[in-house]
Amino acid sequence: MPSAIKGDSIFYRLSFTSAILIFLVLIGIILSLIDGGWLALSEFGPGFVFRNVWDPVNSEFGAASAIYGTLVSSLIAIVIAIPVGLGTAVFLAELAPDWISRPVSMAIELLAAVPSIIYGMWGLFVFAPWFSEGFQFWALENLVGLPLIGHWFDGPPIGIGLLTAGIILSFMILPIITALTRDALKTIPNVVREAAYGVGATPYEVITRVLLPSIKNAAVGAGILGLGRALGETMAVAFVIGGANRIETSLFMPASSISSTIAQQFNEATNEMHISALISLGLVLFVLTFIVMGAARLLLRKR
Amino acid sequence: MKLLKSIVMSSMLAAASFSASAKTEVINGAGASFPHPIYAKWAEEYQKETGIRINYQAIGSGGGIRQITAKTVDFGASDAPLNEERLDKEEMIQFPMVMGAIVPVINVPGIEPGALKLTGEVLADIYLGKIKKWNDERITALNPDLEIPAQAIYVVHRSDGSGTTYNFTDYLSQISPEWSENIGRNTDITWPKAATTIGGNGNAGVANFVGRTRGAIGYVEYAFAKQNDLTYTQLASADGKFLKPSMETFQAAAANADWQNAPGFELLLNNQPGADSWPMTAATFILMHKDQADAEKAEQIIDFFEWSYENGGELAEGLDYIPMPESVVNMVENVWKEDLTSNGQTIIK
Repeated sequence: MPSAIKGDSIFYRLSFTSAILIFLVLIGIILSLIDGGWLALSEFGPGFVFRNVWDPVNSEFGAASAIYGTLVSSLIAIVIAIPVGLGTAVFLAELAPDWISRPVSMAIELLAAVPSIIYGMWGLFVFAPWFSEGFQFWALENLVGLPLIGHWFDGPPIGIGLLTAGIILSFMILPIITALTRDALKTIPNVVREAAYGVGATPYEVITRVLLPSIKNAAVGAGILGLGRALGETMAVAFVIGGANRIETSLFMPASSISSTIAQQFNEATNEMHISALISLGLVLFVLTFIVMGAARLLLRKR
Repeated sequence: MKLLKSIVMSSMLAAASFSASAKTEVINGAGASFPHPIYAKWAEEYQKETGIRINYQAIGSGGGIRQITAKTVDFGASDAPLNEERLDKEEMIQFPMVMGAIVPVINVPGIEPGALKLTGEVLADIYLGKIKKWNDERITALNPDLEIPAQAIYVVHRSDGSGTTYNFTDYLSQISPEWSENIGRNTDITWPKAATTIGGNGNAGVANFVGRTRGAIGYVEYAFAKQNDLTYTQLASADGKFLKPSMETFQAAAANADWQNAPGFELLLNNQPGADSWPMTAATFILMHKDQADAEKAEQIIDFFEWSYENGGELAEGLDYIPMPESVVNMVENVWKEDLTSNGQTIIK
């Protein structure tokens, strides 16, 4: 059957080319980021990553505050979104009657389709004032005195800052985590559940001992996808993070993430070193995302 | 036969008129977002009159400088003027097109728009974090008639890079030696740590935070403050007189500016002399290459700018911009005549 063999080899070549193409594009992106950021990279060296200074007036740049803002806001997002997303997915797939789970599932998928700038505007105009009145004033009175975590909440109750950015991010990544986990739960054949119930397990035991362990990989994958979105999210963060290039221990203080800094400063940057430093920030984000994703995959493999 | 002839004739006429209209090209410009509303308005009116289309993209001052340097657009626009050295290096000319003003806006309970008096020194010290309460004695001393609450001050600034920030920080640099030494001026700066600062995205973001945060002070373009009914303040002029923001005080600043001694028109209009000069006004600039490949097109571009200077003043004021004074326009016209060339020949007669 020569024609079938020929078809096979064409198919092989096509898919091989696609795979190689991805690598070439990736290398192209890295090279152009290095090229654009060379001025700053050669000026500040590898220390660029650790310098906590962002001073466009004196052309002194470092990525530390932006990296800090990116990591902390993404961490907050993940800490909120993973348990809530997992809980929602379990409820929708296993516990809710059809008439609840269908509309709610649809609503969650729609939530994933909302553009990020809408989240940003909603965060700024609706969530931030409410957060300021509803939580921050209370936190200032009641939480600041606590040992260890008190200083997280010591800041102006203005409704924006790292914590707000993290919470808005968690709303944005929730649909991804929920939808992927729910779909994974739905792929588990019913005989598995029936067998578990058959040996006398309670619904709680079926879900935590049988179903969740069997979708562990999918759930972690969903978390990684969500984390990826949180790390790179730009406009929603730019609206609510407050745009201050410094590291503060308080989660109420304005901060900035890598992507929000690039988006907000690139257009009006007139000085060459400033532009180059912003492009270098892009390179840092690229590498940072690789490291975080790689670490997440390693964690998954070890367990 | 006659019919055929008329068809041929009319189609030839149509073709002729088509080629004539095809000759009027599209002029492309890009840059600062601050003058975008007025450039768009002028372009619209100009197209109605002449059929020539001006396509202006508001991509930011930095973007405008990059695009014109790379010659991907016919003209660039920037709120931050280039210095003479850079203009010479890139072989470009620069001229001011229109002006705007910046006003401080506040949110202090019980204070009406235009009631609170501030000086540049006090404004700088508020932004430096040295004045932390609204009832600080330096503020109450300026306003003996006002009842000012003991409210903490929140300083609101632009979190995005902006020409407004550039001009605002330039004013503070001129007023306060401490600001000039430690902070400086730019489209984006490191805000002083001593003050409690909030960053808002764009004029709208600053207005939003000032509007709902008790004790806030911010700075926005005048048009924005006016259209959104924000509580603006009075500000002392360079000669010490307290002024309310208005077209008259803005124009006084423009008229008193020393353009004659500013090479490449590199002049920021802040803190101009004259009792009635509003202290925070700023021009926005157009950038063009000295050597133009297409003389005819260069002439078309200059025609548009000339039309805007001559006929665009009222439109500008309608949008709360300040037209350039005639003396400046004359100086700009001289620059066009002297410096714009194509194949070694001057373009504008």
